[in-house]
Amino acid sequence: MLRPFFAAARRIAVLQRPLRAATPLALAATLALPLLAACGGDDADITVYSGRTEQLIQPIIDRFEEESGLKVDVKYGSTSEMAALLAEEGEDSPADVFLAQDAGALGAVSDQGLLGQLPESLLSKVEPRFRAGNGQWVGLSGRARVLVYNPDLVPESELPSTVEELTDPKWKDRTGWSPPNGSFQAFVTAFRVDSGEEATSEWLQAMKANGVKDYPNNITILDAVAAGEIEVGLVNHYYLYEKLDDQGEGYKARNHFLDGDDIGALVNVAGIAVLAGSDHREDATALLEFLLAEEAQHYFAEETFEYPLAAGVAADPRLVPLTDIESPDIDLSELDDLEGTLDLLRANGVLP
Amino acid sequence: MFAPRSGLRAPAVLWIPGLLAVALTLLPAWYLVDRSTDAGWAKWDETLSRSAGELLVNSLALAAVVSMASATIAVPAAWLTVRCALPGRRFWAVALSLPLAIPSYVMGLTVVAALGPRGILQGWLEPFGVERLPEIYGFWGAALTLSAVSFPYVYLVVAAAMRALDPSVEEASLTLGKTRWTTFARVTFPALGSALAAGLLLVALYALSDFGGVAMLRYDTFTRAIFIEYQSSFDRTAAAILGVALAGVASVVLLAELLVRARSVERMRARRIAPPQPVALGRWLWPSLTFLASVVAVTLALPVFVLVYWLVRGFRAGTEFPDVWTSFHHTLLLGCIGAVVTVVIALPVALLSTRYGGWASRALEQTAFVSHALPGLVVALSLVFFGIGYAGDLYQTTWMLLLAYVILFLPNALSALRAPLQRQGRELEEAAAALGRAPLRVLATITVPLARPGVYVALPLVFLTVVKELPATLLLSPPGYRTLPGQIWSLSTNASYGAAAFPALVLVGLAAIPVAALAWWGALGDADA
Repeated sequence: MLRPFFAAARRIAVLQRPLRAATPLALAATLALPLLAACGGDDADITVYSGRTEQLIQPIIDRFEEESGLKVDVKYGSTSEMAALLAEEGEDSPADVFLAQDAGALGAVSDQGLLGQLPESLLSKVEPRFRAGNGQWVGLSGRARVLVYNPDLVPESELPSTVEELTDPKWKDRTGWSPPNGSFQAFVTAFRVDSGEEATSEWLQAMKANGVKDYPNNITILDAVAAGEIEVGLVNHYYLYEKLDDQGEGYKARNHFLDGDDIGALVNVAGIAVLAGSDHREDATALLEFLLAEEAQHYFAEETFEYPLAAGVAADPRLVPLTDIESPDIDLSELDDLEGTLDLLRANGVLP
Repeated sequence: MFAPRSGLRAPAVLWIPGLLAVALTLLPAWYLVDRSTDAGWAKWDETLSRSAGELLVNSLALAAVVSMASATIAVPAAWLTVRCALPGRRFWAVALSLPLAIPSYVMGLTVVAALGPRGILQGWLEPFGVERLPEIYGFWGAALTLSAVSFPYVYLVVAAAMRALDPSVEEASLTLGKTRWTTFARVTFPALGSALAAGLLLVALYALSDFGGVAMLRYDTFTRAIFIEYQSSFDRTAAAILGVALAGVASVVLLAELLVRARSVERMRARRIAPPQPVALGRWLWPSLTFLASVVAVTLALPVFVLVYWLVRGFRAGTEFPDVWTSFHHTLLLGCIGAVVTVVIALPVALLSTRYGGWASRALEQTAFVSHALPGLVVALSLVFFGIGYAGDLYQTTWMLLLAYVILFLPNALSALRAPLQRQGRELEEAAAALGRAPLRVLATITVPLARPGVYVALPLVFLTVVKELPATLLLSPPGYRTLPGQIWSLSTNASYGAAAFPALVLVGLAAIPVAALAWWGALGDADA
């Protein structure tokens, strides 16, 4: 890209300065070679592909490493990016564990026959609606879909009780969503499973016609709501509490739980699975044990404000208890048709 | 005088590594085509009919506007710094090159952090009741970002061409009573034509292949669509198909650029000339200085100020800063190793094409430029496919990352290596050969030492491009391997500007070292010419 720099090269050539090329070259080479040797190789006991962010996952992985003495390498990316990578890599994948942000991605990888069976002792730690029917993945923490709103701009009494209401002209140019986000896509998949393709298309079109604004992820929606750029947004419940703890009550955003049976109140899980091709099954299972035990479940509850799903750990008192959300009647494993959702989002011009 | 037919035969020591290097650059193109045709042509039809038309229009519109904006800044800036009696000419030459040290995604981050809906400007205007600013996301934000980081390309090309221009025609025009402006418009500007066109096409190519800047400004171009496809789909075929389509568009631009550049090189090979009398600016001095100062303010001072502002703000708010030390270490390492490896691999190709005659050498060199048409994101994508299928144990190690850098930046290294080699006649080698010295000794004692000045430029140049690189670094970094670009990317997609400002400042500081050094040398040569 920087071809203009020939000019400089030419000028140096003209100057013919008595510099010795060998010195910097040799220096660079001696510097580089031992370091090169250090960056090859893979000495990890467990390799995790994580569809959840580093900020969220790394601290608890660090704790596991301390506790177990095992070395864990984590590759971070979006959940579907990791699912696609697993599909491309097939049997040869270096991954031992897949940590996903939503159940649909776990279902899709499971459909391709890439996941191994989990022991009953692990599965039974979590209630059946938050784990795979075929016993190949298990939920780690629960994440409710909510409508985040700015309490200065929208009085609580005016908030909608279903996502359908957001297509009302009253909400024109006041709403935000995040089409590239995996959790949003899982919500759209659930919408399709619940109400069919046509109804989903109609809702997407109506939302667009109502001037809904695009954001790259949940956090940017929250910030936009707090800053009054928009008034309400479709997000996962837990980002807010982190923001409130960080920035105090002056952060102008609050969660609103939609009606229990509305698709907008879906409770999805972040879940985990062990790859069928893993060479480190035992170590991988130990990691799953650790993540389903009290300390990690407390971490998810207290640090990430998600709903803990195992070890009898209670959720943050500010949350509506999980038992009170009569989540729409959907089997989370059914949310595996991401391709269909992406096609629908593109067909409606929601994604490029 | 320049390319006399030479009777020298290239030794196998050069041929074999040269061929291997070129084979390497063809790797991504091959796997991309392979992977994208996997699912049959129906998938092509479906993918391209979905959104390719709109993406093409968006990408080309951006490329056109960014090129025009760059030229509008670069041509007067080049004229002022090359031809006019301007105080601190070398300072301006360095300051106008320094934006090259700012990666497009860092520029994008600072544009959003300064002018975005919750940016600095809005914060300052809030007491006056301004609650929202006009939307910065989209076309104009992306155009502003890319123009700011890419105008130096045009500036450097045009400034070099201006130095090589023969001033006697301009002097004749002035003697005949034409004004400065008429002379500039009718004589100087047309003479710069092909250099300017080459610079513009270079910027257009840059705008087409840029990923970080358009992603930060959320403008839908090919690269953004490929990335979203890559990130959010369980199937990679569509991403591969869009990658081939983008590479096709970029090839057309690259081809045009090669043609135009060939012409401009002809012109610049004109005989050496006496330096022209610097133009006295008179009452235009202050407006000129103001113009240059505002260009530097917007493209250099502003981004640095914004980063420092967010850093201080983050510091005061007790933001948790990421571990920059590890990523700095990794990025520095990748930059050094990437530069050395790329230059070593490029050297045989450069020597073959400049020191030994024959169509085969030239064909080899032309082929090495193919990867220039492949945007970083596309190369990274194809290496993901290649890595999974064939690289075995090397897959998901830093070796894959280095391979990507070599493929991406081989053309840059080649350009820098070729320039000084081309200027030297082959008499020395021919004389040595005629006097009976063995070909290998000729190579070691004469040809390789001639390449030194090129190596001095190629090393810092490739280092700079490697440390700034984003898409390949994102896609190919091994699990747990942190880099500055990766860190900036993940923090800024979460709008953590305070935390992102720290690695961003470190990266800009690191990249500024080779840019400043190169610009300083370039200016040194200017004084010499």
